[in-house]
Amino acid sequence: MTSFCAKRIKQLALGLSLIGMAWQVSAQTQVSDAWVRATVAGQPSTGAFMTLQADTDSKLLSVLSPVAKTVQIHQMSMKDDVMRMGQVESVALPAGKPVSFDPHGYHIMLMDLTAQVQEGSKVPLTLIVENAKGEKETIKVDAEARALGTMDHGNMDHSKMH
Amino acid sequence: MSTLYSRRTVLQGMSLLSLGLLAGCDDSSKLSFKYGKDLSDKIMGRSFKLKDAEGETRMLGSYQGLMPMIFFGFTQCPAVCPTTLARAAQAKKLMGRDGERLQVIFITLDPERDTPQMLDKYVKAFDPSFEALSGTLEETAATAKEFGVFYEKVPSGDTYTLSHTATSYVFDSRGNLRLGLSASLTAQECAEDLLTVMEVC
Repeated sequence: MTSFCAKRIKQLALGLSLIGMAWQVSAQTQVSDAWVRATVAGQPSTGAFMTLQADTDSKLLSVLSPVAKTVQIHQMSMKDDVMRMGQVESVALPAGKPVSFDPHGYHIMLMDLTAQVQEGSKVPLTLIVENAKGEKETIKVDAEARALGTMDHGNMDHSKMH
Repeated sequence: MSTLYSRRTVLQGMSLLSLGLLAGCDDSSKLSFKYGKDLSDKIMGRSFKLKDAEGETRMLGSYQGLMPMIFFGFTQCPAVCPTTLARAAQAKKLMGRDGERLQVIFITLDPERDTPQMLDKYVKAFDPSFEALSGTLEETAATAKEFGVFYEKVPSGDTYTLSHTATSYVFDSRGNLRLGLSASLTAQECAEDLLTVMEVC
């Protein structure tokens, strides 16, 4: 009788945890096209790029990676052909709206690299996203290391190309 | 008055013509570029003296016969620097055989962190013909100043990043500054304007 009860409790607990996991999955932030620019030996930092889309109004708080001692979120802006760079505390991810992290705006800086980022390797990234209720979500992605000379087509006007 | 004026015009015309004849190429002071900025009347970037990866001193005169395209940046720049160097490599290819005369030169604004060897590997990852130059902090500041290049350190946590001018400066093969290419242009647009510079000389 007692063992039957314990079994039921176990099942119930498992069921509840599964529901919890399912709920977490449904409230996820989608990460697509994550990549990191490969480096040459001795280069101490590089950038990570991706597109994030949150289901509910959220913000990207921070990013962690085993390949870098310091990870920061930066914003690049261009005015009168002067590129300005600065660190930002967080990036707003409005519900259902894709937010691009590319070489033309926000990007993730991997600094104090522990090793050279080889083209073709996978760079693990952990993203911490917080929703409007203050609930934190942890997303793990493996970003592909692309050639140093990768051209980004994010902001390119294709109509101008021949 | 009108005779004087016309005589002056004739004299001006003659002096321009003789300059052109002496040089053996079209030395017209103005060029019409489709996308970039004509810098033909600007006296800039003539006297820089920096070092290449081998420690050799390089000046504008070191590139005589080539068309130098100079860009300022730093290797810890994740966005505009690699994008501009990748664009330069693509433009060089688009120019076909004429592209062989295009000499891309990357000048670091961060000589404290960009070692000559690392810089050299960095630029050659884009195209093996690219060159990187560096100097002391004072030489770097003086070079940026003579190009009218703005740059400043931006503290970022325990470290720093840089904000800087993202223009590429193009000289003709006789060392005259000709063209400024903004970071927003495509490789195709750059290639078209670069070919216009080649037509001059």
